[in-house]
Amino acid sequence: MAVYLLRRLLQSALVMLAMSVIVFIGIYAIGNPVEILISPEADQMERERAIRALGLDLPLWMQYLSFLKNALQGDLGRSFVFNEPALQLILQRMPATLELAFGATFIALLVGLPLGLYAGLKPNSFGAKTVMAGSILGFSLPTFWVGLMMIMVFAVQLGWLPSTGRGQTVEVLGLRWSFLTWDGLQHLIMPAMNLALFKISLVIRLTRAGVRETMLMDYVKFARAKGLSPARVTYVHVFKNILIPVVTVVGLELGSTIAFSVVTESVFAWPGMGKLIIDSINVLDRPVIVAYLMMIVLMFITINLLVDLAYSALDPRVRLEGK
Amino acid sequence: MAQTPTANDASPVLEVRDLQTHFFTRAGVVKAVDGVSFTVRRGKVLGLVGESGSGKTVTGFSILGLVDAPGRIAGGSILFHGQDLAKLSEEEMRQLRGNRIAMIFQDPMMTLNPVLRIDTQMIETVQAHAKVSREEARQRARDTLGMVGIPSPEERLKAYPHQFSGGMRQRVAIAIALLHRPELIVADEPTTALDVTIQAQILAEVQKLCAQTGTAMIWITHDLSVVAGLADDLAVMYAGRVVERGPVSETLDAPLHPYTAGLIGSVPSRNKRGEPLRQIPGMTPSLLNLPGGCAFRTRCPKAQEKCRQDPPFGELLPGREARCFFPYNVPAGEAAA
Amino acid sequence: MSTTTANSAAPAPATPAPKVETPFRRFVSEFAESKLALFGLAVITLIALIALFAPWLTPQNPYDLAQLDILDGRLEPGTRNGLDTFTYWLGTDDQGRDMLSGIMYGLRISLTVGGGSAIIACTIGATLGLLAAYAGGKTDTVIMRLVDLQLSFPSILAALMILAFLGKGVMNVVLALVIVEWAYYARTVRGTALVERGREYIEAAQCLALPTRRIIFRHLLPNCLPPLIVVATMQVARAIALEATLSFLGLGVPITEPSLGLLISNGYEYMLSGKYWISFYPGIALLVTIVSINLVGDQLRDVLNPRLKK
Repeated sequence: MAVYLLRRLLQSALVMLAMSVIVFIGIYAIGNPVEILISPEADQMERERAIRALGLDLPLWMQYLSFLKNALQGDLGRSFVFNEPALQLILQRMPATLELAFGATFIALLVGLPLGLYAGLKPNSFGAKTVMAGSILGFSLPTFWVGLMMIMVFAVQLGWLPSTGRGQTVEVLGLRWSFLTWDGLQHLIMPAMNLALFKISLVIRLTRAGVRETMLMDYVKFARAKGLSPARVTYVHVFKNILIPVVTVVGLELGSTIAFSVVTESVFAWPGMGKLIIDSINVLDRPVIVAYLMMIVLMFITINLLVDLAYSALDPRVRLEGK
Repeated sequence: MAQTPTANDASPVLEVRDLQTHFFTRAGVVKAVDGVSFTVRRGKVLGLVGESGSGKTVTGFSILGLVDAPGRIAGGSILFHGQDLAKLSEEEMRQLRGNRIAMIFQDPMMTLNPVLRIDTQMIETVQAHAKVSREEARQRARDTLGMVGIPSPEERLKAYPHQFSGGMRQRVAIAIALLHRPELIVADEPTTALDVTIQAQILAEVQKLCAQTGTAMIWITHDLSVVAGLADDLAVMYAGRVVERGPVSETLDAPLHPYTAGLIGSVPSRNKRGEPLRQIPGMTPSLLNLPGGCAFRTRCPKAQEKCRQDPPFGELLPGREARCFFPYNVPAGEAAA
Repeated sequence: MSTTTANSAAPAPATPAPKVETPFRRFVSEFAESKLALFGLAVITLIALIALFAPWLTPQNPYDLAQLDILDGRLEPGTRNGLDTFTYWLGTDDQGRDMLSGIMYGLRISLTVGGGSAIIACTIGATLGLLAAYAGGKTDTVIMRLVDLQLSFPSILAALMILAFLGKGVMNVVLALVIVEWAYYARTVRGTALVERGREYIEAAQCLALPTRRIIFRHLLPNCLPPLIVVATMQVARAIALEATLSFLGLGVPITEPSLGLLISNGYEYMLSGKYWISFYPGIALLVTIVSINLVGDQLRDVLNPRLKK
C-alpha cells in the first residue's frame, strides 16, 4: 500500500512537471513574454531592467529552471490586475468553487441514482423512457443557456431566488462558506443545480446501463434463486455492483465539474476561481492563468488518487498493486 | 444407489406435465420448452440430458419461476407435492425458492456476487426464509460449509468469492443451496466448468448428501457419462421436448429413441477403441425453424414418411416412454400397445 | 411491444418465409424502431437545409451592418421593421439585427464549426488510433499517453487555454475543438481495432502479404466504423455546444459574425430587464440542434452496440 502510494505520488510529480513544461511553453514561447509579463505602461529603462531581473535574456531552458524554482516555492508570479500573488488570488476563490462543485455533485447523485435505478429496472416503462429522454435533454442543454433561463424564470419572473452572487457567508475554519446561511444557500441553489444538470444525466445513464448489465449476470439470477426479496436483490446485489463504476466516474468528474464551473460562475457571477480565470483571460493576466492551470492539475491528480483509493475500498477484487 | 425402504420412497416430489415455456421475441415465438414431462421422486436423481439449446436449462428455470421476459410459461403444469408452481404468485414462488427448491448454476465463477462476502451471501439466504438471528444464521452457514467439505469454514466465511478456486466456489454455491435442506435441487451442469478430478469429488459429495437428506435432484447435463453414474432416471431432451424417459441403466443399455441411441453412440469409451466414433449427422435445428412432425426426423436414420406427423409420447415398454414411431429395442408386437 | 410482435408471429406457419435481411437493412429497420430518433433525423436535415440556404431564406443579411437599423434595436417579436418591408418574427437585438436572420446565419457558423472540427478531429484521431493499435509497442504507448493526457483534461478547460494563447477567431476555435476532440476518436478506434486486429481475417490479410496501408484502411478501418460513427455523432453535438459556450464566454467567434452562442451572450444584459427574446430564441435553436443530433446518436449506439444484442 505504502509502495503503491509512493509510486503514485512520484507519477503525480512527473505529471505536474510535464504540465509545467507545457504551460511554460504556452506562456513563454507563444507571443512575446516581455509584453506578457511586463506592464505595458513601463518605459524603455524599466523594460530593460525588468528583462534582466526576470532573466528573459537567458537561454530558454535556464528561464524554465528559474520558473520551476519559483513555482516550487509557491511563487507563480503576481497578477498585473490585482498586484497580488497569483496563487493567493486563486486560493482565496477556491472555497467558493469547491462549494459549488460539491453541491452540484451531491445534487447529481441525489437525483441521478434513483432515476437511473428506476430506468434500468423497468426499461420499457413510460416513466423510464421519459427519464431517458430527459437525460438526453440534460446532455444536450447548453449549461450557460439553462443558467440564463433559470435566472429569467426564478429570479426575474418569479422572484423566488437571487440572480447572482454568493450571498451572505460565514467563516468556518478560516474560510468563507455560503451554504451555512439561509441567504447563502438561496444563492447557491440555482448555480449548483445548473452545474449539476449535466452530471444528473451522466449519473442516470451510468446507473441505468450498470443496472441493465448487472441484471443479466448469473449472480443476480442466483440471488433470486436463493429466494431473496426483490428489494434485497436490487438494493444489495445489483446496487452495490453498479456503485463502483458510478462512484469512479462521479469522482473523476469532480475535476471536470470544477472546470465547468467556469461557465456557471460566469452566468451567475459566482465569485470563484472560474470567474477569475475568465476575467484574467479577457485581460491577459497571464500569471493568474498559469497559477490557475497548475492548481487545477494539482486538484486533478489529487482527485484521481482519492478515487482510486475509494474504488479499491468498494471493490474487493481490486487490491492496489504493491501491497 | 442405496435404496431407502421407507413408505414414501416412490412418492413424487415433482411432476412436470407437458410444460411449455415460450420466448416471444422480435423474430418470432421460440418454443424453448415445448412439451416436457417427467417425474422426480424423493431421494432420487433425475438426469435431464440434451445438447445445448435443447431447452434443459430453461426447464430448470421454469421450475424455479426464474424465466425472464420475453419468456414465460405458456402451458402445462409443474406439480410440486401436488401444488402447481406455474400458478403461484411471485411472492409465493419466492418463499419456495432457495428454501424448499434450490438451484445450483453452471459456472461457479459467475454465481457468487463478487462484491459481497461469503457470509453475507449465506446469511441473507438463511434469513430470507427463517426468522433467526444473524448469529444463528452465521452458525448454520458455517456448519453447511463444513458439510460440503470446505476446510476452516469460519475463516472462509469472511472471504470474498474471488479468493476461492472454481471448485471451492461451486462447493459454496452447493452449500447455499443446501442451507434450508430443500426437498428438490435443480443442478444445471454444476460440474461442467470444473476439472475432472474436482468434478468427481463434487459428484461423490452430492450423491452422499442426497442420500443422507432424501433430497430429490434434477441434474441437468449434456454429458451422459456423468448421468450414468449418478442418476436413477433419465429424461432425454431434443429441441424443447422430452423424447425419451426411463430408468437410467435400462435406457442406456437399450435406448428406445434413435436420438438417445445416437447420443450413447457418440460417447467415446474404452471397449469401442479403434472403431470410429459414431456421430449424429446434421445439426441441432433452430428452434425458430423446426421441421414439422418429429423434430429429429431430418437427422434420424430410421425416419420415414410417417415421421412428418407428431409422434405421441407414450409408454412403449413398462416404465419406459419415448416419442417415436419406429423405436429401437421394442419387440414388434409391443410397439402398438 | 412484445404483444404486437407475438400476435403477428403466432399464426406463422411451420416454415415461415424469412425476408432477406442484409446487415444494412437490419440496421435501418432497428434504427427506425425509435420514432424519436427518426424525428431527430428529420429535424437535423431540416436545420442543415436552413443553414445551407440561409441567404435565400432570410429577409436580411445580419452580418451586413449597412442593412441593420440601430433604431430598430431591441424590438419585440412580431414588430414590423422601420421601412415596413418585413416583420421581425423573433424580435431584434440591440443593434437592430433581425433575430430570425441572425439565428439562421448563426446556425451556419455553429454547424460549420461543429461539423468541420469533428471531421478534422475524426480523421486525425482515427488515423492515430488505427496506427496505435496496428503498430503497438512504442508508437502505441506514445499515442495513448497523449490521449490520456488530453482526456484527463476537461474539454472546456483545454479549449479555454488554447484560445487564451491563440486569441479569438473562427479558425482558432476550430483548432481548439480539434485539439480537444481528437483523443476521443483515437481512443475509440484503438479499442475496437485492438480487438479486430486479433481476428482471423487480419491474420489472413497479413499472410497474403498485403501492404500495411491496405490492411489498415481497407480491412481494419471498416470494421471499426460502427463505434466511430456513434462517437462522431455525439462529438458533433459536443463541438457545437462547446463552440457556443466559448463564444458565450467571449472567447469564440468575433462579434461581427455572431454564432448562436454569441447571440445568446448579447442578450444576457437585456434579460434582467425582461427582454428575453434576444437570448431565448437562439438558445432554442441551439437546443433543438443538439437534442436532435443526440437523439440520433443515442439510437445509433443502441443499434450498433453488440453487447445489447439479443
